[in-house]
Amino acid sequence: MKTFQGKTLSWRIADGVIELTLDHAPCNEIGLAMLADLEQFVAALGTLKDEAHALIIFSARSEGFCAGGDLRELFRLSQEVTGAERLSGLRNFIERIHRVMNALDEAPFTTIAAVNGLTFGGGFELALTCDLIIADKMARFCFPELRLGLIPGFGGIPRLKRDLGNAVVRDLILTGRSINAAKAQSAGIVSQVAAEGDSLRVARETAAQLKKFDRNTALAAKRFIKQIPYEELRREIDIFCELFMRPAVEKGLRKFVESKDALPYLP
Amino acid sequence: MSSLQSTTEEVLRLAAEHFKVPREQLAPDDDFFKKLGINSLQALDLLTRIEHHFKIELPDYELQGVSDFRTLAERIQLRL
Repeated sequence: MKTFQGKTLSWRIADGVIELTLDHAPCNEIGLAMLADLEQFVAALGTLKDEAHALIIFSARSEGFCAGGDLRELFRLSQEVTGAERLSGLRNFIERIHRVMNALDEAPFTTIAAVNGLTFGGGFELALTCDLIIADKMARFCFPELRLGLIPGFGGIPRLKRDLGNAVVRDLILTGRSINAAKAQSAGIVSQVAAEGDSLRVARETAAQLKKFDRNTALAAKRFIKQIPYEELRREIDIFCELFMRPAVEKGLRKFVESKDALPYLP
Repeated sequence: MSSLQSTTEEVLRLAAEHFKVPREQLAPDDDFFKKLGINSLQALDLLTRIEHHFKIELPDYELQGVSDFRTLAERIQLRL
């Protein structure tokens, strides 16, 4: 398959570069629909790998790359069930997300997240699966989960820990503050900062550079450099599910859902 | 070091320019959410522009409850 059009995203492959475009209003929130499309995408990686040397993930939304998990959907679904059923439903969703994130992390070619605007929570976690993050200078990164009584649940902490010093991880997770692209670059999260509106062009230039190298050598280098912290990722699922079942989280999610603000969890 | 007055003026100019509002319609004590008609997402965009312009880092939690240009300029001033 050379092109795909899903409900929340699309992809196409041209000249050895797969471009995965997220386009789900308001800001690419990851819920069941986005998850199903991402699952289709990772299922196609096996066939795409023979033609591709790079993948670029970017957003068609001016608001940002991805605002994270679809908390409104999560709250609604969690209200439809109780107790053990709620926990098993949540765990199933999180396990599916982790399978997708791990597949992207392991992708057999170099992956680039070209991010703009909001790159929050699950969106930040999606970007962290990529080998390179190229950020629009107006991009903003944040893990706001603690404000809701949660930790990031889509693999964020283990992947941050893989890439950054522990003090930076603590700063981002424990304060829940947002940082701009320049700060993210100085921390080691972002590889290049692009001018406003220019991250996709820079990502395409970078993907063109990658084509100069032997594909198998690039893959061997990637696998040597970038280990996947499976054990910590499993532990994260357990902690996330345990925290989610507390009444404080339900209260936090309700406040979020009932708020009319565009970013109810900030500041 | 810039004075509070010049910082406030810079913030007003940045906000007017980005949100396409005539500068003369903005005053230091205006509520920027109301005056600019912006939500928290757009306020975050303004924060990023302010950080770039003043070359500072301004954690969003320091802006909790801040809604007027003068207080925003005061917070910026503390980081200069």
